[in-house]
Amino acid sequence: MIGLGQYLTVAAIVFTLGVAGIILNRKNIIIILMSVELILLAVNINLVAFSSYHHDLAGQVFALFILTVAAAEAAIGLAILVTYYRNSGTIAVEDINSMKG
Amino acid sequence: MTPISLDIAHALPELILAIGALFVLLFGAIRGKENDGPATEIAVGILGLAVVVLLIGSKSRAVVFDGMFIDDAFGRFMKVLTLIGSIGTLLMGQRFLARERIDKFEYPVLVILSTLGALILISASGLITLYLGLELMSLALYVIAAFHRDNIRASEAGLKYFVLGALSSGMLLYGASLLYGFAGTVEFTGIAEAIQGHGDQGGLASSDNLRFVSFGLVFLMTGLAFKMSVVPFHMWTPDVYEGAPTPVTAFFATAPKMAAVAITTRVIISAFPGITLQWQQIIVFISILSMALGSFAAIGQTNIKRLMAYSSIGHMGFALVGLAAGTQEGVQGVIIYMAIYLAMTLGTFAAILSMKINDRSVENVADLMGLARTHPSMAFFLATMMFSLAGIPPLAGFFAKFYVFDAAIHAHLYWLAVIGVLMSCVAAFYYLRVIKFMYFDESGVAFDRQSPITAGVLTLTGLFVLLMWVFPSTFIGAAGAAAKSLF
Repeated sequence: MIGLGQYLTVAAIVFTLGVAGIILNRKNIIIILMSVELILLAVNINLVAFSSYHHDLAGQVFALFILTVAAAEAAIGLAILVTYYRNSGTIAVEDINSMKG
Repeated sequence: MTPISLDIAHALPELILAIGALFVLLFGAIRGKENDGPATEIAVGILGLAVVVLLIGSKSRAVVFDGMFIDDAFGRFMKVLTLIGSIGTLLMGQRFLARERIDKFEYPVLVILSTLGALILISASGLITLYLGLELMSLALYVIAAFHRDNIRASEAGLKYFVLGALSSGMLLYGASLLYGFAGTVEFTGIAEAIQGHGDQGGLASSDNLRFVSFGLVFLMTGLAFKMSVVPFHMWTPDVYEGAPTPVTAFFATAPKMAAVAITTRVIISAFPGITLQWQQIIVFISILSMALGSFAAIGQTNIKRLMAYSSIGHMGFALVGLAAGTQEGVQGVIIYMAIYLAMTLGTFAAILSMKINDRSVENVADLMGLARTHPSMAFFLATMMFSLAGIPPLAGFFAKFYVFDAAIHAHLYWLAVIGVLMSCVAAFYYLRVIKFMYFDESGVAFDRQSPITAGVLTLTGLFVLLMWVFPSTFIGAAGAAAKSLF
């Protein structure tokens, strides 16, 4: 029988992967966008698991809102990325350093 | 169930902004010209209408839309501050954007949408509303940070802000999901009751649950700390302030800051009164770090926008001193601090927007040299702002710091107040250096004449900062009433 604990463990692992992907990745901003999606999906697993555990619908409503906002966020992220690429000709994380201090 | 029409009356300012944003967008699309035309003026009118509705609207406290949205005096006060910030920055920035040829009509639309997000955020009384308001505000902010799309620094600022912002909202959501799992409800009051209930039972189970709540609290605070730009989640601030076009920077420094501080205060006071020890540690920690970093890191800065970024980090640290006290007095201090900080920021950015030579903007602190001889009135008011930011009596900035430190001392946080006062002495160094440049150095190239709007904003905020000690009671009374409505 798969209980709440298992769901939370999976969500925690996926969340950690997402955060690690953002922090460790030195190559490519697209990977950062994918990691952000991982984080949001981990949160959704959490919310739906809790929603079923508590027999309360709010968690599932919350998860639906997160899906919608995540789509908007990805669209805006890609748009900014395209703008940046046109100006600098690169999307490598290491090269984003025109301002320092 | 109350009829929906009554609910809507409480969200009238938000509705005005939502419909207004759509109107400006349609107007710009139908007009079909490159420049923004009267879009900025219409946007200012819409934001002004929202202020009027807030000022003359109902004065009651109500929780509407199934416990998702709260309308109280605290929210109304912070909303008025947010709207004033948006109006001020929209008006001041128009000339600058036209000069850089980025005066598209989308800019006022995005500012209205972001302000709408800020208003929803301030009124959030549940985790879902909090998240939606925060994202509406942030998504619009990501775009306007990169609004100068042919400029590499602006697009880099937008990219950095987006990546770190997305990470922080992910953290916030993870915290929200844990809190929902603990309490079984997304409403702040429900979370507070659940924490209270577990505390009463005692035993091992309750200490386990408390750890669970603390986890959620830490993640939630991470997301909010990012939006307030306090240490250790401040890394984006200097780069975004420097890279974004100056009017956008002015907007970043005013409206979203007000909303972020307001919602942090509301979450802590209404959802976590049962675990004061846990959240107080976090707030004291980030407050001290922010005050220290804001004071020391700003010393070496040569770019004035970057300097203001570190200054804002420091000021958020000072505002959180009041929140750390956790009392009604402390919240009153936070509200007063934010109101005065808004005036000082608007004034300083009005001066920064006037820093242009032969129609080109300059951003170095050293460009201010000899300003007292070429532009005496601008130099005088900018000096007022700098003295006030440093917290020198009898200017408004002194009272801001006085109220938060007073609250901290009454809550027995003596060493926090002592560190705060020491840090404000360190910070005084770089504010006074700006004044030294203006008054005691030989002038370089003179600036162009100030535009009437920036001169007007600078004079108005300068007079407020100078003369606040004459009429403190109405202002502080309003802040006190706002703080009272939270408890």
